[in-house]
Amino acid sequence: MVGAFIMSALAVDDAFRIHMGILTLILGIGVVVAMRLPAPVEGVAHSAGYMDGPVRVGSILTVFWGIIGFTVGLVAALQLAFPELNFGPWLNFGRIRPLHTSAVIFAFGGTALITTSFYVVQRTTRARLFGGDLAWFVFWGYQLFIALAATGYLLGITQSREYAEPEWYVDLWLTVVWVAYLVVFLGTLLKRKEPHIYVANWFYLAFIVTVALLHVVNNLAVPVSFFGSRSYSLFSGVQDALTQWWYGHNAVGFFLTAGFLGMMYYFLPKQAERPVYSYRLSIIHFWALIFLYIWAGPHHLHYTALPDWAQTLGMVFSIMLWMPSWGGMINGLMTLRGAWDKMRTDPIIRMMVIAVAFYGMSTFEGPVMSIKSVNALSHYTDWTIGHVHSGALGWVGMISFGAIYFLVPRLWGRERLYSLRMVNWHFWLATLGIVVYAAVMWVSGIMQGLMWREYDSQGFLVYSFAESVAAMHPYYVMRAAGGLLYLAGGLVMAFNIAMTIAGRVRTERPMPTPAQLQPAE
Amino acid sequence: MDYNTLRHFADSWGLVYLFVIFLAVAVYIFRPGAKKAAIEAAQIPLRDTDERVDSK
Repeated sequence: MVGAFIMSALAVDDAFRIHMGILTLILGIGVVVAMRLPAPVEGVAHSAGYMDGPVRVGSILTVFWGIIGFTVGLVAALQLAFPELNFGPWLNFGRIRPLHTSAVIFAFGGTALITTSFYVVQRTTRARLFGGDLAWFVFWGYQLFIALAATGYLLGITQSREYAEPEWYVDLWLTVVWVAYLVVFLGTLLKRKEPHIYVANWFYLAFIVTVALLHVVNNLAVPVSFFGSRSYSLFSGVQDALTQWWYGHNAVGFFLTAGFLGMMYYFLPKQAERPVYSYRLSIIHFWALIFLYIWAGPHHLHYTALPDWAQTLGMVFSIMLWMPSWGGMINGLMTLRGAWDKMRTDPIIRMMVIAVAFYGMSTFEGPVMSIKSVNALSHYTDWTIGHVHSGALGWVGMISFGAIYFLVPRLWGRERLYSLRMVNWHFWLATLGIVVYAAVMWVSGIMQGLMWREYDSQGFLVYSFAESVAAMHPYYVMRAAGGLLYLAGGLVMAFNIAMTIAGRVRTERPMPTPAQLQPAE
Repeated sequence: MDYNTLRHFADSWGLVYLFVIFLAVAVYIFRPGAKKAAIEAAQIPLRDTDERVDSK
């Protein structure tokens, strides 16, 4: 804290000065809270010795960050539709946009991943988390990273690398936290009491290891001053671009896919009360996914200065990704074989199934868009935005909601959720929101791409750029409506979760019970 | 070792190396007798004894 204060005093630029002031404040509050916490009681045995403290706090924070991230997303969508809503300089679209992406990916998604990985690794190895309070360090250290990243964006501190905007000192902090995370996770695996390491842990481990690698390499940079916020990348030109998109696409592949597949392979079988369809398929899914994903990044750089062979490589590997992705999707869906009935009776299962379905859809769409001739139309248009959101809202969001609905009653020892009907409401609001969002962005994106490339008989472009922007206005308004539906679903969840934790149970009409089948006579 | 040597090494031996690992994994999990172990492993989450409540 003192260190941060001194850094603030010595700062060479204003943004850095304010940022270090914020850090001082957060650490100061942290110290006061830590000192006022009751001293740990020696020898309190927890049930089965699992460490669930970080998982409990994490479940609440996942919901909290979800609401923040969706709200900021809605603000960004409205700013695009109505530019008057840009309140500069702190709340300009340019600063709100990375705030939104980082809030949903790293704050909501990251907290969900750390939380569930702590829960799953303990349950499937039957061992307490390794390292004692190190797990708490990982948890709060990661939250500090989020706070610094978010406040930094609003102050205008960015290294302008998509999904890797935080500057060098925040990156260094995340590296420390991430290594500690790896130590906790690996340590728990090493002291496992279950001889076999369940496949969900493989996916979580791949996510942790690969993100460490990606984060370190992509953020190799030289600070201008140790007392300033600015730094310059070690790479330049097309190498820099490729490093960024090697990072960027694998953030999708390993953060938003592998990590959440770990979630799917644990929570879907648990909620369905039956083992995964084919465990051997899940192993193939794992190895094929990690071997292929790492090469797909160049498809973000089609028709650029990147060498042709690298562009083709990115495209070919993206298309090959169809196989593991659909293998995984089929594995998830077929887990419900003989229990499709649960789709009707259990809204949590319904949520997980739609997540897996969206995983299948967006991993089908992605490789299509990576084909160079398709990319010539889709790149830089809203189609990409629609694709990302069908993956993020549909897959990442829905599987996380399912996991949270599964966890909360168990973590607080509740009979059941406050309301299953409200889960159903959340399901429909969110699904409708995604459908509106994705459909509108398809139309808008394809229209945009076609307008840009339209030329007349004499070879002149038919439309100016501003005309294509004006044509998108109605779609931007509809997109914001889709986002509002999704946010509304999130608010229903927050209420439901809060009531569950408070120990309330809503009196409501029960969900339909499994049909009583008549035996054939 | 210049860029070209490295790149040719990567798209020949590097590719073979990774592909062989993948094939080895595939052969290993589909070897005779692996099915039993896989069915056993798939039960790991369901054998959890720490269930406090079951939400229906």
